[in-house]
Formats: sequence, C-alpha cells, structure tokens
Amino acid sequence: MEELKEQVTSMPRIGEPAPTFEAITTHGVLKLEDFKGSWLILFSHPADFTPVCTTEFIAFAEIYPELRKRGVELLGLSVDSVSSHIAWVRNVEEKKETKIPFPVIADLSKEVSLAYGMIHPNQSKTETVRCVFIIDPNQIIRTILYYPLTTGRNMDEILRIIDALQTTDKNGVATPANWHPGDMVVVPPPKTQEGAEERLKEGYECTDWYLCKKKL
Amino acid sequence: MHGLVPLQEEALGKSLQEKDMACISSDGKPTQSGTKMLHALKLALGAPEEIAQNTGLPLFKVRSGLREIAQAGLATETSGKYTITEKGVELIK
Repeated sequence: MEELKEQVTSMPRIGEPAPTFEAITTHGVLKLEDFKGSWLILFSHPADFTPVCTTEFIAFAEIYPELRKRGVELLGLSVDSVSSHIAWVRNVEEKKETKIPFPVIADLSKEVSLAYGMIHPNQSKTETVRCVFIIDPNQIIRTILYYPLTTGRNMDEILRIIDALQTTDKNGVATPANWHPGDMVVVPPPKTQEGAEERLKEGYECTDWYLCKKKL
Repeated sequence: MHGLVPLQEEALGKSLQEKDMACISSDGKPTQSGTKMLHALKLALGAPEEIAQNTGLPLFKVRSGLREIAQAGLATETSGKYTITEKGVELIK
C-alpha cells in the first residue's frame, strides 16, 4: 500500500519531460514518442458512459478541427477497457451524432494514470480526475489543469492556452490575464536598471517600466 | 492489499487480450489505414512524415501503424525509413 501511495503522489511538473508510455488505445498501441513534433493534449476522464464525461468528449470532438489547425493532437484516457471505450464512442456517435476522431487510452493497469498523477485518492481511488496535460512538440509539459469529478472542462480555455503558448514560443512574449489572440501581449520586463530606463523610450504601451505591452 | 492482487492480474490479462492492432486486423488483412500506408510504401515513400503527407493520416497514426506493419513482416525498417516487403506487396494486390 505504501508503494501505491508513493506512486500516486509522484506528480509531473510544468517544464519537465512528459513521462513516456506505451499504451493500448482505441487506435491501437501508441507511444508518447509517436506524437513527437506535434503538440499533444493528454486528458483523462473518470469513466466511460458517465454524463459529464460524455458532454466533455463531444466538446473535445467539436474543438478537434481547431486543434488540428494549430498542430495539436488529442489523446484521452480512463481506467476502462478498450472494449468499453469502443462501445462508448459508438454510443456517442449513435445518440449524439458526434464522431470521436481521437484515440483513447485504456489504462486498466493504471500505469499511465499513476505516472501522470491522474488519480487523486480523496476524489476516487479507482477513477482519474479530469486532468489536462499540454505537451509541446519536444515532449515537455507546458500546462497542467486539474478539475474535480463534478466539473466539466472549458474548451475555450484549452484553445486559449494553446494560442497563448504558441504565441509565446513564436514571439518571445507573455500574455496578460484574459488574453485572446489579437489582444496586446506583454513584453518581458528588462533585467537591468539601464534596460528599465531605456524601456520607456521604446514606444511600447507602458504602465511602468516593468509592465509594457505591444501589438503583434 | 492482498484483495487487490487478483483484480490487478485480471486487469493485466484483459489488457493483453485487447492488444489488437489498428492497421492489421485479426485475420491478417490490413485495415483501411493500413492499406493506405502499404500503398504509400509501394510508391517508395519510406519516411513516416512523407507517408502522413501522402495519405492524409495523422503522423502519430502513421508512426504506430508502420511499427505494426513491420512487426507483421509487411515492411522492414532501417534508420527510421520503411520499405515494403514482397509479403506486403502481395497483400495489396
């Protein structure tokens, strides 16, 4: 039991390489390295054939074309069998006329869930909470979101984070609160006193030397 | 804890049984995406990136599919590039 507890509390962190895996999915056996070169959203759901998860799966399928435009792949996961996943995906297609185009890991051994800290025993000892790991093309974890079992995820926020991360990587800037594509971005603050004095002459929209914004 | 052991074994056993392949079906015939990849290989496209572009399949699917195709003896892999075998050519005739 001690061993299990240790595994459960081992959590990956932002900036670290994503834990590698080889897993059985609805699209065959996939390895993390198969996604190298693409952004990847690895997300977990508590269980197949449950109401909140069904609404989320439909919502993920709806944003999938937008994600693909941004070079992002989706990979779902739960502690269910691949037969259960297939039955559920077919049921969603039949009842809600939504095709689930992305693979879903059947993590019956909990190998991937434990490696990613997806099981929070005070929520459930057998089901994963609603996790979102955004992994970049170099397979580094860039964002981690955790939602409780009772709260469905916000797809607009997931798309917004992808846009923000890609904008940061492309332009070397940060993005302010509630930023959306097209809004002004934050210029990294200067690191020296001289830089701080020069910053105000650089033509940015500045509140003060440490908070300057620009249009892209 | 002892009570968990049989459940874990059962879970692992199920996992192994479910280790079906996505590109080759259980009767040994290629699936739709497997067939697309074999046709691309026949055109001498060997790198997963080229095959993804040619077939329109996502790159992750091509990488895992080519692995299965090679395991089934329908292609060989050298330094990340794949070449269709005679068995692979026969299968898509």
